[in-house]
This record gives sequence, structure tokens and C-alpha cells, in this order.
Amino acid sequence: MVTTAATAGMNLDTFPKYLLLNAQRFGGRPAMRHKDYGIWQSWTWSEQLEEIRAFALGLQALGLGHGDKIAVVGANRPRLYWTFAAAQSMGAVPVPVYADAVAEEMAYVLNHAGVRFAVVQDQEQVDKIRSFSDRIPALKEIIHDEPRGLRDYDHTGLTAFTEIQDKGEALLAADPGLAERWERGVREASGSDISVMLYTSGTTGRSKGVMITAAGAVNAARDTAEFDRLSENDSVLAYLPLAWVGDHYLNYAQGYVSGLCMNCPESGETVAQDLREIGPTFYFAPPRIFEGLLTSVTIRMEDAGWLKRKLFDHFIGVAKRHGEAILEGRPVPLSGRISYTLGRVLVYAPLCNVLGLSNIRVAYTAGEAIGQDLFSFFRSLGINLKQLYGQTEAFLYVTVQKDGEVRADTVGPAAPNVDIRISDTGEVLFRSPGQFAGYFMQDETTAETLTEDGYVKTGDAGFFDTDGQLKIIDRAKDVGKLTSGALFAPKYIENTLKFFPNIKEAVAFGHGRDFAAAFINIDLQAVGNWAERNNIAYASYQELAGHPRVYEMIARNVDETNLRLSKEPVMAGAQIKRFLVLHKELDADDGELTRTLKVRRAFVAERYAPLIEALYDGSTEKYVETEMTYEDGRKGVVRATVRIVDAKTYPVARQTAREAAE
Amino acid sequence: MNVHSDPVEIVAAPDDGLAPGELLMEVKNVSLRFGGVKAITDISFDVKKGEIRAIIGPNGAGKTSMLNVINGFYTPQKGTIIFRGEERRAMKPHHAVRQGIARTFQNVALFKGMSTLDNIMAGRSVKMHRNLFWQMLWHGPALREEIEHREKVEEIIDFLEIQHIRRTPVGKLPYGLQKRVELGRALAMEPSLLLLDEPMAGMNLEEKEDMSRFIIDVNRQRGTTIALIEHDMGVVMDLSDRVVVLDYGKKIADGTPDAVKSNQDVIDAYLGVAH
Repeated sequence: MVTTAATAGMNLDTFPKYLLLNAQRFGGRPAMRHKDYGIWQSWTWSEQLEEIRAFALGLQALGLGHGDKIAVVGANRPRLYWTFAAAQSMGAVPVPVYADAVAEEMAYVLNHAGVRFAVVQDQEQVDKIRSFSDRIPALKEIIHDEPRGLRDYDHTGLTAFTEIQDKGEALLAADPGLAERWERGVREASGSDISVMLYTSGTTGRSKGVMITAAGAVNAARDTAEFDRLSENDSVLAYLPLAWVGDHYLNYAQGYVSGLCMNCPESGETVAQDLREIGPTFYFAPPRIFEGLLTSVTIRMEDAGWLKRKLFDHFIGVAKRHGEAILEGRPVPLSGRISYTLGRVLVYAPLCNVLGLSNIRVAYTAGEAIGQDLFSFFRSLGINLKQLYGQTEAFLYVTVQKDGEVRADTVGPAAPNVDIRISDTGEVLFRSPGQFAGYFMQDETTAETLTEDGYVKTGDAGFFDTDGQLKIIDRAKDVGKLTSGALFAPKYIENTLKFFPNIKEAVAFGHGRDFAAAFINIDLQAVGNWAERNNIAYASYQELAGHPRVYEMIARNVDETNLRLSKEPVMAGAQIKRFLVLHKELDADDGELTRTLKVRRAFVAERYAPLIEALYDGSTEKYVETEMTYEDGRKGVVRATVRIVDAKTYPVARQTAREAAE
Repeated sequence: MNVHSDPVEIVAAPDDGLAPGELLMEVKNVSLRFGGVKAITDISFDVKKGEIRAIIGPNGAGKTSMLNVINGFYTPQKGTIIFRGEERRAMKPHHAVRQGIARTFQNVALFKGMSTLDNIMAGRSVKMHRNLFWQMLWHGPALREEIEHREKVEEIIDFLEIQHIRRTPVGKLPYGLQKRVELGRALAMEPSLLLLDEPMAGMNLEEKEDMSRFIIDVNRQRGTTIALIEHDMGVVMDLSDRVVVLDYGKKIADGTPDAVKSNQDVIDAYLGVAH
């Protein structure tokens, strides 16, 4: 494995160095596209270099210095991505921040990082940052991408991105040696500089600023780009949140080391259409997006005509039997191959085309467990979907599945150059090339996260399966025990529940209790569609969630979940005895989910304490009032009487479990 | 490399030779009757360039009739309308369009089977110069013209944030979005005067907030003069520069929102009086 490369006399250990290299080797190839005014605008690597250089020099003229922090807030826009490289070329540190974070969270991060500049997308972020400007004294200048709505603003400390670039251009024109000096600065930069600071989404407590060094970031990205043979011919749709390690790694970092083309969608709402137009070759989506795709396909097929439905069902059956085997090059009978080829022409290829997945060479999913059926569905269509397991602290990859060695319930063996160890308590520990340099200004926490010999504690409980693939059960601190002593892994139970399309979210309880119980959130799209087909009228989410027939349907899902749990000897003790369907969707705006949409367990437990008590005191219904936040920030109260239902449990599986289930 | 440049201001305000604050339209002693029913009686008011002018009043006060008179749909029996210094006699809606008056309707009036894009493109048809023959040929001048118009339409789509429904047939869209598309089609005409007939009718709070923002942006950024009818008093008072109040076809007040709010006749008309 190459750890250092010397091209054009450079030790390639920062992204701006790759920018210079790519402008040289792929100068005329597209580096960036953005759909704007209905057209895909595109920039080649050499044009991208010019944009970045002009912005970097403009920033320097504004007083940007080595080590300064620059917040980057907004959606996936070329200029925000250029800000990363521009900052890095000056030795400054970009700090991407979740654009939809509430003012409170954002103020904390911006202040903690001590940002001097903030590059933001539009008026919304300008307003947000100005609302707490007194709490971020270090902030000198807000730079905005889109001028819309800002014309009548006070422009002290507020400048347009283009204005900064114009300043940079003017300086370049006035001083012929400037471009050369900028390039020299880039070439002489050290790989030990901090490349980016990524704030964790704060599942537990305050977000922490994860510092990644340039050399570490480049090495990690190079390893995985080689692993998946990414090249300048690949393209990705950059639609994930800018502040998330996954976006920064998969799009920016891998993009720079491999020279692939990054495509920015027109807006958050057009992602599906843009995906179809671009047809990327490399794709990442969390399981919930694949789930959404499958749900929408299923719904559309239910509304389709008789013939189409028959065709679809038949060939999806064929794909189920042979698709994965063909993808992995395993032997398949000739008749199966012929049926599959026919299916490809009639169903799979058109379907992939509609989903925008026609050109996919490598696709990944991660972040949470993915259901076997869901996973197999996409793989059987011929999409090379794999799993990885990663962390911000690792600069993403910890494990990754190899082509052809893919399973739904594991996350693969260690990624290239990563060492993994399982601690005595069952926690997964790793050491990796992209491993973080520490949490910003939190040395104590950093020390707590590392073992004495420099491994990072992931906080996840897991074990290696017989074939060397890692299997994650749950957050280490969430794994508990029932009073009976049976193991209680809430996430495992929740994931099993969430594999049913009607269930969007679930929260399981049981640690230190007599039995396991669960809150369930219905999926409005799936259940709403079902209600429509069954002539069930409802006026609100709350009404639908509380409908007796919805309860019946969810009860069947819970029943099936218990059956599945009963077949896993370790998990069988913690089957769901009682459940309720929550009257409100869990929401990040109410603090119930993180910005990456993971349940904040402790918070939910505290907020809905009366409902949890009701699960365990045997009552059949409970009246609750819950505060909720509307999209515009106003608060309201939802009142509901929530029903609590008993579920059937199954005896722990023996050899005969399969027959008993029939 | 101008494909990468930002259009600085979306479609500049139409050049009608008037400075902001000058009289754009004058309605003088207009009366309209349908048989024996007096819809509008002797109404006079004016609209100044660059302002947002509201026409309000209880149900049946004659607001929509007034709008229909302005846009040439009805011809009043008495009175005159002077638009950009020209007095106009009997005229038809398409004359009004030529003069630079565009409108939206209380009940959305879009081509339901056509996409958002095509609906807004339809708004450009008044600006198309090539005749049917050239348009059928497609290549050459008509194509160039089509591209120019498409650019303008894309700016409007961007401005109204409706990129995601560009290709969706409008009949499939929720009501709030249809209203937005209709506004887009009216904007495509680059009007000097934009008439909005109850732009917020039937909308929820969030849709109303969005629509208010678009109306303000149209007015401030593009300098378009707007006359609107609206029932939601909160919206009217926040948005408008000046308000005309009608009741039973007569004008009972005219002035700034604050002045109108405290006018006793207006309060009586809305709340009713003990007789």
C-alpha cells in the first residue's frame, strides 16, 4: 500500500496539494457540477483551482491567517466546498456546521471553535448567526453565497463570496508573482496541520470538535479510494449534510485524492431527480433512504396496472432467487440466468434508471442496521451495495465489506490499514490512518476516549463473526439487563421492529425492568397509503397513530418481531411484552433525535416518563401532554390519550423453532 | 465563463419611464352595474409606482369587480381609468396584458395538465415575437427566442423556489404551490402592475408566510407595483403601503394601514353597527 506519493516533487499530504496535482493531470476534466437555473453548470479542475485560489487570496486580504477557524454553514454548494480547500491552502481550518442546527447549538459550536470567519449559504444562516453574534466575539466576517434578500442588510461584517473572489482576482492581476507564491505556500504546507474540524452530532451531551490532520485524512481517503478503485471517471452526488464526516470524506476527501467529479443538487427537494440525471457511479445513503426508495417503489407498484404488477412481482421473485448469486459470480443454473437477463431488460434496468442507480459501481450504507430484505432487494437488482462501519473519530472508515463478501447483518472486516480489537467488556477499539488528533480544547475527553496503547474506543459493543466480519450489537453503554438477567440490547430490538415498513422509529425499554417494552412511531407515508387504500379517514398524524386498525397492524409486526427475537438465543429473553404507538413523530427540533436522526434515548425516556410508567404498571391507556416545536420555531402542546397493548411472546427457540413457527 | 455568474437582480423592473412614487394608475369615478345591481359606485383611487396597494372590504364589497375593471374584464358604465398617463376606453383583458397588467385569480386558473415550467412559459407568450410559422419551424430565430424566454422562466423558478416541481403537472400540486406557480406565470409577463386576487386564500400559516415573503421580494427586488385583494387583515396591514376600503361598492376609506385601522367607518363595516 502506498502511504506517500511523490508526484511533481510534492509529498501529497494535504488536499490543496491534490488540487494542484489534479489541475495538472485532469485539468480539462469536470471536478464539480451544480444544477442551477435548470442546467448543470460545470467546472473543470483548472477552473476549480482558479475559483479556490481567488477566494483564498481574498480571504487572506481580509486577514485570514494560519490556524484560523472558518465555519462553513449551508447546503451542498460548490462555493462551500471550495471554502474547504481555500481555507486549507492558507493553513486555516474549516469547521463545517449543520445548517439546520437550532441557534443554540450553532452558537455553542461557533463559539467553542472560536471561528473568525463564517462562510454561509444564504439569508437564513446570516439571520441565524447574527441572532447570537454577541456570543461569538471572535467572529469577524460573515461571507454569503446567495445574495437574495440581503440587499437591505447592514453590510458591516457581511460580504458576498464573489466580492472576496473579486478582491483575490484584483490582487492576482496587480501582482504577477502572487499566484506562484500561493502555490508555493500550498506545496510547503505540512501534513501535520489540522485539515478539518468536524463536530460530532452530540448523541451524548455537547458536540465535540474532532480534529483530523491533513496527512491522516489524505492517507485514509487514498486507502479507501484505492480499495474501491475510484478514479477521475467516477462521479458522486454530494447531497449529505456538509458537516457530517461521511460527506466530507466520501465526497470531498475521496474526490480530491481520486479526481472524481462531485455533483451538487439543485436543492434538497430535487435530490431524487438530480440523482436520476447524474447517474453517479459511487453512492452512499443511510439505510433509511434505501428504505424510502423501496417504500416509494412498493407504493407505486400497488397503484400500477395489473400487467405491470404481475411482471414486477414475477421478476422481483427471479431476482430474489438468483440476483445476488449473479452479482457475486456464484454458480446459477442456466434457466435462472436467462430469466434474470430477461428481468434486467424488462424490470431491473428501468427500475434502476428511475431510481438514478443505473451506473452505480459501488454503493454503501452505514449508520444503522439495514434489514436483510431491504439489503437483498437492492443487491438482487445488480446494485453493488455494501456496508461499512465508521466514526467521525476514525475519519470515517473502521470496517468495510469487500466486493463479493457482503452480508446484511455484519459490517465487514477492518478497512485497509485499520487495526481492530475487542475489549474485555465487548467494546470495539480501533487504530486507523485517519484517526483523529484529539477533541478541540478537550484534552481530558480525548484521553478518556483513547486506550493506553493509542486505540480509540468506539463506544459500540460488537464481536467478530466466524468469517472475520464485525457485527455491531448496540452502543456499549446501552446494552443492559432485565431483572431476570437476560441481555437487553435496545437497538437490536428497535432495528428488528424498524424493518417493517409501517414502523418508522422505535424506542425499546427494559434495562433493570421485568420485561422489554417499546414506543413505536408509524411511518406516515406507508401507513397513510395503506389507510387510503382501506378507506380509513384521518385528519392528523395523531389520529392515524391512534386508530384501532393501525394498532392491530402494528401488533402483528410486534408479534413477528418477537418471533424473530425468539430465534436468537442471546436476544430471546428480551421480547416485547407491551407496546404503544406514540401520538407524535420523534423530531430533531424537539431534541428527541440527533441531527443525523438517531434517537436520543435518555432524553426520550425523561420526556415520556409517564408513558414508560404506564407500560410497566399494567394500565391500558394514558393521557399525556407533550410540548412540540413547529417548523417556524413556535411551540405548541399536543394532548393525547395513548393506548397500551400487550403483545404475544414466544418460547426461546430450540431446534424445532422453524416448525413451531409455521 | 458567464454561465457561472450570478444574475445580479432577477429580471429588472419593467422600464415604464416612471420614477417610484409617480402615479402609475388612476381610477376616476368608476361605476359598474349589472342590470339593476350596483357593484361599484363612483370609486376613485390611485396606484403609485413601486407600492403595494391593497383593496379590502367585507364580502360582496366589490373588490373582485374592481380588479376585473382594472384588468379590462368588465367595462364600467361610468368613469375612466388612466394607466401610465393614457386614458383607456373600452378594452379587453389582452389589451391590459399588452399594457403591462398581469393578474392571478382567486380560484387558481392554471393549465392543470401542463407542467409548472410550461405554465410559466405560457406567461411569456405575450413577449414572443416570432409568429406561429417560425414557432412551428422550431429551428432558427424561434429557438433562440425560446432559449431567452426559458432563461427568464428559470430565474422565476429559482426566485419562487419551485425547482422540485418544474416537471410536475400543476393539477397534481397542492393548492399552496399552485398559487405560487400562478404568481410565477404572472411574473413571467414582467408586468408594470401585478394584480393579486386573494393570494393567501385557503392557505395555512406557513404557506401564507412564504407567499408574503415572495410578494415583498417581488416588490422590493423587482420593483413591481402590486395591487392586491386580501381577506386576511394581518397580512394586508403588514404588507401594504396604502389601503383602499370598499363596502357595498363604495369607497369608505383610503390611506396607510394605521390610518385605515383606526377609521371608524372601517371598524363599523367589519364589525357591524347597531342600528
